[in-house]
Amino acid sequence: MSTAVTSDDAQAAAPLRVENLSAFYGQRCAVAGVTMAFRANAVTALMGPSGCGKTTILRCLNRIHEIAPGAYAVGQVLLDGEDVYDSNISVIELRRRVGMVFQRPNPFPTLSIAGNVVAGLNRQMSRSQKLEVAEKALRGAALWDEVKDKLQQPATALSGGQQQRLCIARALAVEPEVLLMDEPTSSLDPISTLSIEELMSALSDRFALVVVTHNMQQAARISDYSAFMLADEQGVGRLVEMDETAKIFTKPSDRRTEDYITGRFG
Amino acid sequence: MKSRNYAAIAAADRIFLLVVYAAAVLFVLLVAMLFVELVHGSWPSIQAFKLKFLWTSEWNPVTGQFGALPLIYGTIVSSLIAIVLAGVVGILAAAYLAEFAPLWIARPLGFIIELLAAVPSVVFGLWGLFVLAPFVRNALGPFLQKTLGFLPIFQGTISGVGMLTAGLILALMVLPTVTAISREVIVAIGSDLREASMSLGATKWETVARVVLPASRVGIFGAIVLALGRALGETIATTMVIGNRPEIATSLFAPSYTLASVIANEFSEANGAVYISALIELGLLLFIVSFIVNAMARLLLWAVLRERH
Amino acid sequence: MTAAEGVPSRDRVGVRHALSFAGTFATAACASIGAIALLLILGYVALQGIRAFNWAFLTQLPVPVGEPGGGVANGIVGTIVTVGLAVVIATPLGLLSGLFLALFGRGWFPEAVRFLSDVVSGIPSIAIGLFAYTLLVAPFRHFSAISASFAFALLMLPLILRTSEEAVRSVPRAIREGALALGLSEFASTMRIVLPAARPAIITGLLLAIARVTGETAPLLFTAFGSQFWELNPTQPMAQLPLQVFTYAISPYQSWHQQAWAGALLLILAVLVLNVMARLVLSPKGRR
Repeated sequence: MSTAVTSDDAQAAAPLRVENLSAFYGQRCAVAGVTMAFRANAVTALMGPSGCGKTTILRCLNRIHEIAPGAYAVGQVLLDGEDVYDSNISVIELRRRVGMVFQRPNPFPTLSIAGNVVAGLNRQMSRSQKLEVAEKALRGAALWDEVKDKLQQPATALSGGQQQRLCIARALAVEPEVLLMDEPTSSLDPISTLSIEELMSALSDRFALVVVTHNMQQAARISDYSAFMLADEQGVGRLVEMDETAKIFTKPSDRRTEDYITGRFG
Repeated sequence: MKSRNYAAIAAADRIFLLVVYAAAVLFVLLVAMLFVELVHGSWPSIQAFKLKFLWTSEWNPVTGQFGALPLIYGTIVSSLIAIVLAGVVGILAAAYLAEFAPLWIARPLGFIIELLAAVPSVVFGLWGLFVLAPFVRNALGPFLQKTLGFLPIFQGTISGVGMLTAGLILALMVLPTVTAISREVIVAIGSDLREASMSLGATKWETVARVVLPASRVGIFGAIVLALGRALGETIATTMVIGNRPEIATSLFAPSYTLASVIANEFSEANGAVYISALIELGLLLFIVSFIVNAMARLLLWAVLRERH
Repeated sequence: MTAAEGVPSRDRVGVRHALSFAGTFATAACASIGAIALLLILGYVALQGIRAFNWAFLTQLPVPVGEPGGGVANGIVGTIVTVGLAVVIATPLGLLSGLFLALFGRGWFPEAVRFLSDVVSGIPSIAIGLFAYTLLVAPFRHFSAISASFAFALLMLPLILRTSEEAVRSVPRAIREGALALGLSEFASTMRIVLPAARPAIITGLLLAIARVTGETAPLLFTAFGSQFWELNPTQPMAQLPLQVFTYAISPYQSWHQQAWAGALLLILAVLVLNVMARLVLSPKGRR
C-alpha cells in the first residue's frame, strides 16, 4: 500500500526512484513491493520501528545490500531514469553517484585525514588537484577549520562527531548526486548530532539526501519528505505512507502512521 | 570524475577475483601433486613388494629386502610412549592453566610451554643425545630396571639411546600441543557447568575432575590425536636418540628405528631404483597415516571449538 | 540415590579438601614440567654453546677435524638465502589464498581449502622434503638450495594462508563496506584499504611461519644437501646451519660436538627473536 506523492512529473524527474523493489536475504524476504521517489535538493527521511526494512531499502539504493552472501534484490532502482540493476550501469559508477554515510563513523584506519577524504578520487589526479577537492569537501562537511592544520594526522585521532563529518566529506569528495545516510547521528552525542543535522540542511541545497532514522523527532526536524515503513505479520517490510513531512506529521493518511507518530508504538 | 573507464575497472576486478581464486586452486593442486609424486616415486617398490611391504620384518639394503614392519613398530611404540606421557602431563597442565592457576601465573607459564614448541627439532635431538641419553643410561634406566625389572619391557642392556629415550623426547616435543589445545578446549566450556557444580558444594578439584574434564573429552581426545600425528612424523630428534636399528625388540631400552628416521638416515646414500623407491614408499606411508590422523583430529576439534566462535 | 546419600558427610569434607589441594598441586607440577624442560634445554644449549661461540665460529668456513678454528659462516648465509627464497615463494601464494578464504567465506571449496591447509600443516616435513626431491632434485640430478626453499615454502604455506585469512577477517566489515560504498573496486578496496589495515597481523603470521622453518633439518638432507664451501647460487647445493648442527652432533668428534651446541644456540636465538618480533608487531601498534 504505497502512497505516491504529488504530481507524476515531479516524481518522474526525481533523480532517484524505486519501483516495486523487494529485497531478499537468501530465502527470507526482508522488504517487498516498495515504490518511492527521492527528490532533488531535498531531505527524504525513511522512518519506522526497527525491523521495518528501512535500512535494507537504503542499502539497495547503492547496491551495498548485495555484499552479504546470498542477498539480492528484485525490482527497479532508477537513477536519472536508468535502472541500476541493469548491467548498463556498473556498480562502481552507481556508488560514485550515490554516496553513503554509515551509522557508525568508519574512517579508514591506515589513512590520514586528507587521505581519507581523497580515498574515492581518481588516482591519476595530481596532488594539488586532490588537495583542492579535499578542501572543498571538508568545507562542505563543516570540518575544514577544525582539521586544516592536521591533515596528515591519522583519521582515528578525531572525535566521534568529527569522524562522522570526515566520512561525509569523504562521500562528498566524489561529487555524488544523491547522499544516503544510515542513522548518521545515532552513535553521536547531542551536540555532534545537532551540528550534523545543520549540515544535512545545508547539503540538501546541493544534493538529494535520503536519511534513515529511528528517531521520529529527528525526521520531523530535518526532512522535507518522509516515508513511513512497517513490517507486516510475516515480518516483511512494506511502505505504508510517503508524503511531505509537514503533512505526515499533522494529517497522516494512514491509521498506522498516525499510531506511530503519536507514539502508540515504535 | 566523468572520464573513468568503468568497463575497464569491472574487468580488472574480475581478473583480480580470478587471480585470488586461482591461488587457492594452485594450493590445492600442490597438495594433490604431493600425493601423486609420492605414489609415483614409490611405484617400483610397490610393484616389487606389494602389500607384503607392510608386514615383512626385514629391512636390509644390502640384500635388497625391504620390509617396513620393524619401522612401523618403532614408529608406533615410540609415538605411543610419547602420547601417553604427554597426554597425562599435558591434560593436567592444561587443567592447571585453565582452572587453578591465577592469571599472573597462567599467562607467562602458558607462554613458556608454547615456546617449547618453537624449539627446532635438531636442538631437541642434540639435547636428547647429550643430556637425556646419559641420564637414561646412568639414572633412569637402572632405576626402572631395579624397581620394575620383572617387566620384559624394562629388561636388557641400557645404552642410553633407544625406544624409551626417543619416546621421552617425543613426549616433550608434543607436550605443548596437548597442553595448548586442551587448554583452549577447557576454556571453551561454558561457565554454567562449573557454577552449577560449585554451587552444589563440590570442591574445585571435584568440579574439574568430574565435570569440566569429562565435558571436554572430545576436544581433548582431538588434541591427543593431533599430538600423535606430530609424533609419528618427527624425524631428526628421533633419529638422533633412537639407535637406528631396524629390529623389533621387547625391551624399551633397545634401539629401534622409525619410518621417518630411516628415510633421514639412508636417503642421501641410497642407490638403486628399488632402494630409493622403498624409502619414498615409507614417505608415502607417513603421508597417508598423518593425513588420516590429522583429518580425524581436525574433525574432532572443529566441532568442539566452532561452537565457541 | 537419595539426597541424604548424595550429601557428603562431615568427616569426608576434610578429605575432599585435601584431595582438592593435592589435585591443584599435581596439575601445577605437570604444568611446571613443561616449563622446567624448556629451561633445561635452553640452559644446556646456552651453557654448552657459549663455549664455542666466538667470532671465528660465526665468520669462518668449516675446517677438517683436528684443525683449530673453523665455523659455520657458510651455513648461516645458506640458511638465510634458503629461508629468504622460501618467503618469496610462499608469501604471494599464501597471502592470495588467505585473501580468497576471507573474501569467499562459506562454500564447499573454501571449506575444503581450509581443511586441506590444516591437515597439510601436520604432514611430516620429511615427506614434504621427498616431494621436493622428486620434483626438483631427481629430474636435474643434483641437489640445490632452491629445492629446499620449495620444501620450506610448502611448510610455510598453511601458516601464512590461515593467518592471512584471520588478519583480513579481523578488519571490521564496516571498513570494507565503506570502501566499496565509495565506489572503489574490489581490487582497490582490498589493496588500498583492507590489506593495509590487516598488515600487522599478516606480518606476524609471516614471522611465525619463518620461525617454523628456521631450524627445520629433515627436508634439507636431500634437497640442499649441505656444502663445505661458500655458495650463493641457489641452483647448487648449499650449506645449511641446521644440517651442520645435525652432522656435527652425530659425529664422534668432541670439537664438532661443541660446534653443534654453538650452532644450536644460534638457531634457538634466531627462533626466539622471530617469536618475540612477531608478538611485538601486534602489541605496540595496538589492535584496532
